[in-house]
Amino acid sequence: MPVIIEIPTAFRRFTNGAPKVDCSAATVAEALNELTARFPDLSRHVRDDQGQIRQFLNVYLNEEDIRFLGGESCCLKEGDRVLLVPSIAGGSE
Amino acid sequence: MTDQYELRCRECGKTWGNAPRSFCEDCFSPLEVAYDYDSLKKIVRRENLAARDFNMWRYSELLPLPEDFAGPNAVGGTPLVASRKLAAKWGLKNLYFKNDAVCFPSLSFKDRVVATALAAARRFKFTTVGCSSTGNLANAVAAQAAQQGFDACVFIPADLEPAKVLNTAVYGARIVRINGNYDHVNRLCAQIADRFQWGLVNVNLRPYYSEGSKTHGYEIAEQLGWTLPDNVVVPMAGGSLITKIAKAFRELVTLGWVEAKPVKFFGAQATGCSPISDGVKRNLQRFEPQKPNTIARSLAIGNPADGPYAIKLIRESGGWAEDVSDPQIVDAIKLLAETEGIFTETAGGVTAGVTQKLIGQNRIKPEETTVVCITGNGLKTTDAIAAEFPAAEAIAPRLDAFEAYLDAQLSTTAAGARA
Repeated sequence: MPVIIEIPTAFRRFTNGAPKVDCSAATVAEALNELTARFPDLSRHVRDDQGQIRQFLNVYLNEEDIRFLGGESCCLKEGDRVLLVPSIAGGSE
Repeated sequence: MTDQYELRCRECGKTWGNAPRSFCEDCFSPLEVAYDYDSLKKIVRRENLAARDFNMWRYSELLPLPEDFAGPNAVGGTPLVASRKLAAKWGLKNLYFKNDAVCFPSLSFKDRVVATALAAARRFKFTTVGCSSTGNLANAVAAQAAQQGFDACVFIPADLEPAKVLNTAVYGARIVRINGNYDHVNRLCAQIADRFQWGLVNVNLRPYYSEGSKTHGYEIAEQLGWTLPDNVVVPMAGGSLITKIAKAFRELVTLGWVEAKPVKFFGAQATGCSPISDGVKRNLQRFEPQKPNTIARSLAIGNPADGPYAIKLIRESGGWAEDVSDPQIVDAIKLLAETEGIFTETAGGVTAGVTQKLIGQNRIKPEETTVVCITGNGLKTTDAIAAEFPAAEAIAPRLDAFEAYLDAQLSTTAAGARA
C-alpha cells in the first residue's frame, strides 16, 4: 500500500534531508521497518533495545495516535500519512 | 559571567548549551535545565532573599534567566493558607493550601512558567510567542506577551470554556481554535515549532518554561519556615508541575537551604482523564493514553509528556495518585469555597477532592504536614458549577417583602431541619 511517512526536522539528518518518505506497507509496523531499513542510522531513534517504539516518540496515523488504533499493527490504506512526532510538548494545565 | 545552567538530556545526559530546543537530538528524549550548584552556592545565600520582594524573582539565581534580567512582573508570591475549618473536618493537624488561584497577572500558576519562558524568548530573539493550551497557559502567554511587547498566537481546543477564551482574547492575542482535543492541538504545535521560528513556550522553550514551576515549590518551603512538608498533593495534566516541585525541594536541600527529609508526592487527576493516576495504580512502565472526557478541561491531557517522570517520582517517593469524578470535583470546589474562602477552578476541585480521598485511604495522616496545590481561579470555570446555584426570585424593595421572604426562608429551613 503506497503511504507517506512524514519526517520531523530532527530526523532529517538521517533521511538525507527528506521531509517525506514514500513507502509501501500494509501496517504501520511495516512502514517503520521499511523506513529504518532504508535509513539504518534512524533505527535506534525509532525503536529501543527491546524493539518497542521509543517512549518519547509519538507515531500518528493521519490524525490519530496509533496507541488508540491498536498499536503499530494497525492497517494502512492507500494515501495514508504516518507522522513521527517527538513527545516534546504538553503540560499545559 | 557565563551561564550557571544549560540544557541536559534527561535520559542520556548529553548537554546542549542554551538554545530553543526541547529534546535531545541524539536520543530524542526530553531536555531539562541543569545547574552548576557549586557555583550557585557561592553566588546566592538564603539570607540574601530577605531584602527582596516576595514574588518568584526572589529566586532568580535558581532560574534559567539571562544575565542582568529584571523581572517585568510581580509574578508568584502567592499565599500559603493555613487551613482551620477543612483541616478540622478532615482531621488533619497541619493542612495548607498553596493558593495560585491568585497568582498574577492571569490568576493561575501558569504565570510562573510563562515568566521564565518569555525571558528565554527574549534571549533567543523571538518576536512571536505562543503555546498550545487548555486555557490557563493561553491566558498567561497573552497577558505577559502584551506587557512585554511580543506578538502572541495561541492554539486551543475549539470547545474551551468561554471565560478562558475571553481571558486570552482581551489581551489582543491571536487565537487559533482547533477542531480536536488538547492532544491534537499539542501535536500540531510540535509541527508548527518544527516549521516556524516562533517561541512556543511549552514546545521549543519547554525546558525554560517548566523551570518556572519550581518557584511554586520554593515558596512552599520558605513559607513553611524553610522546611519541607511531609506530603504534597499536586494536580496533574502533562505531569510537569509535580516533578518540578520535587526538583525545587531537591535543589533547596543541595544548596543547604532546608534540611533533607522524605516528602511524599501525591498526584491528582480527574477520572475522565487519568493516564498518570492509572499508571501509578497499575504500576505501569508506560502509561496508556486516554481520550479525555471531564469537566476539568485544564487537566484534560490524555497523552502527558511528563507522565513517565511523574509516575516514577510518585512511586519512588512513597506517595500515590488518585482521581475523582466530575460530581466529586464540583463538590470539592464548593467545599473549598465554603470552608476556606478559596474559589478554585475545576483543577483545584480535582486536587481538593483527591486529597479527601487520600485521607480516607489513610495515605495522608493526621500528624503530618500536608500542602495542597491550588493552581487556578474559579472565575475561569464558572460554567462547571453554575447549575448548582440557580438565581433566587427577586423581591420588592420593601421591608414587608423582605419579612415575608425571611419567613418563607425560615419555614423552608425548619422544614428541611425536620425532614
